[in-house]
Amino acid sequence: MPVVERSARRWLRSTVAVFLKDWRSELRTRYAISALGMFVVTTLSMIMFSLAGETPSLEVLAGMLWVVIFFAAMSGLSRTFVTEEERGTSMTLQLQAPPSAVYFGKLLFNLVLGAGLTLLTVVLYAVFITGFVVTSYGVFAAAIVLGSIGLSAASTIIAAIIARANTKGTLYPVLSFPILLPVLMTAIRATRMACEGTTWTDAGGEFQVLISYIVVVVTASYMLFEYIWKD
Amino acid sequence: MALRVRGDSLRHAFNRKVIFRDVSFDVTARRSLMVAGRNGAGKSTLIKILCGVLSPTAGTVTIDADDTGDSFAVQRRIGLVAPYLQVYEEFSALENLHMSMTLRGAVPEDARARQLLERVALDPNRTDPVRGFSSGMKQRLKYAMALIHRPPVLVLDEPMSNLDADGIAIVRGIMQEHLQEGIVVVATNDRSDLAAPDMEVDLNARR
Repeated sequence: MPVVERSARRWLRSTVAVFLKDWRSELRTRYAISALGMFVVTTLSMIMFSLAGETPSLEVLAGMLWVVIFFAAMSGLSRTFVTEEERGTSMTLQLQAPPSAVYFGKLLFNLVLGAGLTLLTVVLYAVFITGFVVTSYGVFAAAIVLGSIGLSAASTIIAAIIARANTKGTLYPVLSFPILLPVLMTAIRATRMACEGTTWTDAGGEFQVLISYIVVVVTASYMLFEYIWKD
Repeated sequence: MALRVRGDSLRHAFNRKVIFRDVSFDVTARRSLMVAGRNGAGKSTLIKILCGVLSPTAGTVTIDADDTGDSFAVQRRIGLVAPYLQVYEEFSALENLHMSMTLRGAVPEDARARQLLERVALDPNRTDPVRGFSSGMKQRLKYAMALIHRPPVLVLDEPMSNLDADGIAIVRGIMQEHLQEGIVVVATNDRSDLAAPDMEVDLNARR
């Protein structure tokens, strides 16, 4: 087998192994899943109580949906790096897997976790929040999927940065907010447009922004990760 | 290319405080290196630099065995056992070893994992979660994990910590076996850990 192909297979096996390690660990400990689930349920309950049957505008409803997703993500998506630091296994992982495999393995884990979180939030939001009606299903699905990927991608690299800080719980949302602002604002706009019944052509600009954001964040993260991870 | 571990004019400082300076060594196959020094002299720092998980302030470390052009080559050639290196406690000893192989991009070999667990006398506990292991059992597991990828260089920081008499005998056997082809580097305060080192770096004299 050529050297390049052998290296690529080895890298792919490492990346999948990082993802599977985190996933099995999560299924046994349920730190992130419990935190995300509890946050979504309690926040939606509070929104329902505070609305008291009233129906806000679509702009407000779209914004509130992403506020729930953002803060729930902040409560769970940092676990993948924070637990390595808390358990003292970061160095073990540094010795076992190449930095790029660690980054993409943990990105994959956060993408799956982020997708689960978004799906749970959207389903509960659609069932329990009155007035939240989607008209353009395709545009809505694209906004949710791309917004979730952008949120998870940025959250992953920020988690790697804050994992060694003493005040990681506070630092994570504070550092994440300005970086996530472009993806949140665009996702909120696209969600509102989907509720109002927009066409793919009208929402095209929002999707271009979201796709560009994902490409830039993942590329920059890949290039910077080794420096963040090593020392 | 022959196996060789070289440190060239290594210096490390934390916030302007110099831990050590002008540290150089050159070890070839079938030879051992002892890193000595009092507490705080920088033994563990030098070990981390040697293993490629910490960058030195100045100087270089090279490990020559074969030039694959792989940026992760140092880590592939080293097996480390150290008090600050932890294993995944929610998994069993066997799962930790399988994960260690797949994380390195290899196909898991159950026979190799079982053989190493037998070598460190942990085979009867192979499916128990590591969370329930004593500190000595965890230290034995670290040896199995350090050897799982057949590294040519074995790096040991405080190699006998938490081990009982049987564990110490197992580790001495592992060190002797490894010196038949590879290199052993030991950082310790206890000179009996490595009876007759071929080379020694005394960090007390390198401040």
